[in-house]
Amino acid sequence: MFVFTIRRILQTIPVLFGVSILVFLMMHLVPGDPAQVIAGEAASPQTIEQIRERLGLNDPLPMQYLNFIMNALQGDLGTSIRSGQPVSEEVFSRFWVTMELAFYSMILSAFIGLIAGIISAVRHYTIIDVVVMIIALFGLSMPNFWLGLMLMQFFSINLEILPVSGWGTPEQIILPVIALGTAGAAIIARMTRSSMLEVIGQDYIRTARAKGVKERFVIYKHALKNAMIPVVTVIGLEFGTLLTGAVLTETVFSINGLGRFVVESIRARDFPAVQGSVLVIALVFILVNLIVDLSYRFLNKRIDLN
Amino acid sequence: MTNDADVLQIDNLQTSFFIDGSEIKAVDGVSLNIPKGKTVGIVGESGSGKSITSMSVMRLIRNPGRIKGGSIHFNGEDLLQKTEKNMQNIRGNKISMIFQEPMTSLNPVYTVGQQISEVLQIHQNLSKKEALSKSVEMLELVGIPSPNDRVKQYPHELSGGMRQRVMIAIALACNPELLIADEPTTALDVTIQAQILELMNGLRKELGMSVILITHDLGVVAETCDYVAVMYAGQIVEYADVHTLFNNPKHPYTVGLMQSLPRHDMDQEELNVIEGNVPKPGEMPEGCRFAPRCPFASDICTRELPDLMETEDGNQVRCWVYSEKWDGDPEVNVKDDYKTARSQ
Repeated sequence: MFVFTIRRILQTIPVLFGVSILVFLMMHLVPGDPAQVIAGEAASPQTIEQIRERLGLNDPLPMQYLNFIMNALQGDLGTSIRSGQPVSEEVFSRFWVTMELAFYSMILSAFIGLIAGIISAVRHYTIIDVVVMIIALFGLSMPNFWLGLMLMQFFSINLEILPVSGWGTPEQIILPVIALGTAGAAIIARMTRSSMLEVIGQDYIRTARAKGVKERFVIYKHALKNAMIPVVTVIGLEFGTLLTGAVLTETVFSINGLGRFVVESIRARDFPAVQGSVLVIALVFILVNLIVDLSYRFLNKRIDLN
Repeated sequence: MTNDADVLQIDNLQTSFFIDGSEIKAVDGVSLNIPKGKTVGIVGESGSGKSITSMSVMRLIRNPGRIKGGSIHFNGEDLLQKTEKNMQNIRGNKISMIFQEPMTSLNPVYTVGQQISEVLQIHQNLSKKEALSKSVEMLELVGIPSPNDRVKQYPHELSGGMRQRVMIAIALACNPELLIADEPTTALDVTIQAQILELMNGLRKELGMSVILITHDLGVVAETCDYVAVMYAGQIVEYADVHTLFNNPKHPYTVGLMQSLPRHDMDQEELNVIEGNVPKPGEMPEGCRFAPRCPFASDICTRELPDLMETEDGNQVRCWVYSEKWDGDPEVNVKDDYKTARSQ
């Protein structure tokens, strides 16, 4: 297990390398000159040239990349064009809000998704199964920004029991988390159901029953642990989707998180800010995948890195 | 019908599957007694209902299947009247089962030790530690070398033969009175087959249990069984002790099965297969179910289904030839005339 963990961690290094190159090139591939943007429309060519020099934009690309990566490794992600503040500070102050939102949404998705999926599988082809799966289909089909607006309309404006926007108090957390977590819950429910159904048909489930194991334990001890293997992947991938979804949810609910920060930075052509945010989000995604792979190994001892 | 010498008495068992509103009679009126300490073989082609019979004994028939009628008395108590909770106390404890597929019958995410311990913890209230040390003993009993290491391994680290031994260890952990072995050696190499059969036979004598051995391999039957029931299309067509069955088979289907075995002591141009196929459930012929494939079939065979009749040597056969109502050639001898009748 220890060797497996070390090897899996080492494997993230090339991925990180690739991500950093992509993030770096993003700034150079997108049309528009950052120096021009910083200097403004009316700036003289001299001013622009000065800015180019200051940002190191005249250096050869590999040199620029090296500078970028060396600075990033020391926690320096450059300076935001919009605010003049260090990007790392801007990103960090919003990072936890988005993580909280994504984390709560994921807990909600996993909790509801797993329970609904298990119930559906155990009672498959009954009316309960049909109802749960129809609800899941609805959950899957609703875009999270639309669901967010509908929730707002109903709970905040009609019933006036929950706040319309913001982040921090428990009341403020409820609606965004539901809006963001519903689609994930639906996907996890469907995945859990099909995975459980497949496992329940396996020979070793018949063996468990033949051993005199209570049906409850057949499901929760023998079936669920096997069925969880593909579900854990989906939950991991879902976290990536949640980070993306946070962009819209944060916008709808006016939450000052990383997602909304990215959108605003793109709109303002604040390249260092975009670069820094994307890099941080990618890091989180890689980390989540690492955790997923490690939990895999815990669930299924057959998995080998070879 | 009740007999103290029988551990299990199946009487007129009917198990059906209900699919798309139609009923498929997988087991149709099977009666069978299993004497204490003996091995009874159930032989038949795929789809003859042998596995469904054994799953019915375990009460493990799942939707859309249902046990429709009959009784299964185990030590005098009808299993079909028991609650699910009572059945859970019997399964893996008094009656155990091993399956055809050793590669997939063990749970891949638990160690061998955990899987053997589980039955002991359920049925004998052993602590985790006690159960584990008993598991090591069981692995030793079924002939697995270095059981102390094996007990910590996962199923994928073991070979097919080893896994079947583990299955046997699980099945025998609680000293069952009856072991149901559903094609336990079919998926194994011939050399491993012999080892597993020998192991089962040895343990049966040592522990004094009864065994139901389901197989389609007559060689396995000859080696291990005391009595044999031959099943065809959901019914028993012949029941006899193993010597009588092999020396003097009575039902044309049994004779056909025997003759379809390849013989190495004779130069054979081709194998003697039984023509035709097992009738599909739902397309059961009127009269005797084997009649369409039977070289001796006469008028009555296509009209009426024969009962399982007692023969003069105390065995049973379901064939009109042995009845007073027989309307074919009165001189017919199924065993000796089978080949000639078949070629006509």
